[in-house]
Amino acid sequence: MHLVSELSAVLATSLFIFALNWMNDPKTARRGVIAGVVGMSIAVIATWLQPGIIHHAWIFAAIVLGFAVGVPLSRVPLTAVPQRTALSHAFGGLAAGLVGTAEFFLWINEPGGGHITPFRMSALVLEVILGFLTFTGSLMAAGKLQEVRWIPQRPVTYAGQNVVNMGVLVLAFALGAALVVNPYAPWGAQAFIAIAALATLFGILLIIPIGGADMPTVISILNAYAGLAAVAMGFVLDSKLLVTAGALDGSSGLILSIIMCRAMNRSFTNVLFGAFGKAQPAIAAGEQKPWKQETVEGAAQMLEQARNVVIIPGYGMAVAQAQHKVRELYDALTKRGVTVKFAIHPVAGRMPGHMNVLLAEANIPYSALVEMDEINPEMPQTDVALVLGANDVVNPSARYAKSTPIYGMPIIDADKAKTVLAVKRSKNPGFAGIDNELYTLDNTWMLFGDAKAVLADLVKQFGSGGIH
Amino acid sequence: MTDFGSMLFVFVLATFIGLGVIRRVSRLLYTPLMSLTNAISAIAVVGSIVVTGADHPLTIRILGAVALFASMTNIVSGFMITDRMLKMFKKQ
Repeated sequence: MHLVSELSAVLATSLFIFALNWMNDPKTARRGVIAGVVGMSIAVIATWLQPGIIHHAWIFAAIVLGFAVGVPLSRVPLTAVPQRTALSHAFGGLAAGLVGTAEFFLWINEPGGGHITPFRMSALVLEVILGFLTFTGSLMAAGKLQEVRWIPQRPVTYAGQNVVNMGVLVLAFALGAALVVNPYAPWGAQAFIAIAALATLFGILLIIPIGGADMPTVISILNAYAGLAAVAMGFVLDSKLLVTAGALDGSSGLILSIIMCRAMNRSFTNVLFGAFGKAQPAIAAGEQKPWKQETVEGAAQMLEQARNVVIIPGYGMAVAQAQHKVRELYDALTKRGVTVKFAIHPVAGRMPGHMNVLLAEANIPYSALVEMDEINPEMPQTDVALVLGANDVVNPSARYAKSTPIYGMPIIDADKAKTVLAVKRSKNPGFAGIDNELYTLDNTWMLFGDAKAVLADLVKQFGSGGIH
Repeated sequence: MTDFGSMLFVFVLATFIGLGVIRRVSRLLYTPLMSLTNAISAIAVVGSIVVTGADHPLTIRILGAVALFASMTNIVSGFMITDRMLKMFKKQ
């Protein structure tokens, strides 16, 4: 029986690695899902068949409930994918925290004891801290993304915030260290519960000062934490399968976090402790150049006379659910021989890859989606850059304005295009509260309104009544 | 008893494999990548099954059952939404 479970673990691990490997190309990616499902099924069945498992009804009931909640969660609209992802990190953290708690209380009440080695106790402390902080942190992130009413959207900061947060975390680790030294102490149970409570609190405190523009990075970091919590669980339960799968998840979260941080020119610590949107530098105080507003008819004419158009989507497109209208515009333009490409900034939207998924949903071929580094050399030859609900990722002041929070962030060079058309919901500054000088350049024309409505009007111009 | 050394060994090697494989993932697919790795790390389900199904006190089994439910939700929704998104990526 031991051999069977060892072999099934090796098989499941290999399938998981294949699953991730096939994600290197959209053509093979769906194979990866099948490999993952097969690997998971093997692991679940091999575990369930172990001789020590006797309460089958309990397992069955929990699995049925998991399906009942999981299936509807997989059918959310794609604009809600960031929330769903955050929620699933929360569930992953919760599972790790609860299993860790259960194991601790099993072992300290064991007659004779001796099951808790210092190594195992350290892993337990890590599992519970990572698990519960990921649980509440991700719930908070999901709440912010879903715009739940009682969770403030804007970053909340106060004096001494970092000291308070660090204090909570240090206290949790100090209690953990005391337990490692003396796991069977009479106060052990209370200390353990206190660690879990402190980690739960820390998760909430960690996300309070974080704003929407930082969500891609924060979701990636929480992804890494959820993976590491699974690794710690693997150490506790002596399961190489858990350690491997957790390490795969953790390294994925780590790589995505690094990519997101680089795309914002910020460090981990700066994202977690720097409260984006807090600093409101007074660069708006200078001379305010006027915008030039364009009519829908004029904009349609510019687009139709262009040879190539680059569309730069941002979170505004997701909010307005405008991706299907984008597709109609794409069709209308390509039908007229205009080359249309999409410039994707790594942090556009609220999670890594957010824009790609929305555009793919609208049936835009992925060969038209171009990464920032590849599109930027082409921008000077671009006739029209259409900025669609993107703001900070096209702000030229990121290149030189040292006083702004976005200084040094790589941007899409929309301003280098021959003409810029910018669709913007309101005349207010963007999320980071910074003026975007792109909007006042000589070659920029503004279209004010909801992205979806503006696009619908534009597409109408290309219909029977408008331009031929 | 836990063999500390070999577990750490497995962890370090798995991390290197993970870094190598993830680095080559298509940049188009970061969102489905996240939901896929999410489903995979819900392998925590094996720990939950042991805690829930073995002959343990009731409170322990309740903790296990909640963890099992949470992991199972991640497995089901993770794999299903990954496939749903991947289906949408078309070259032409």
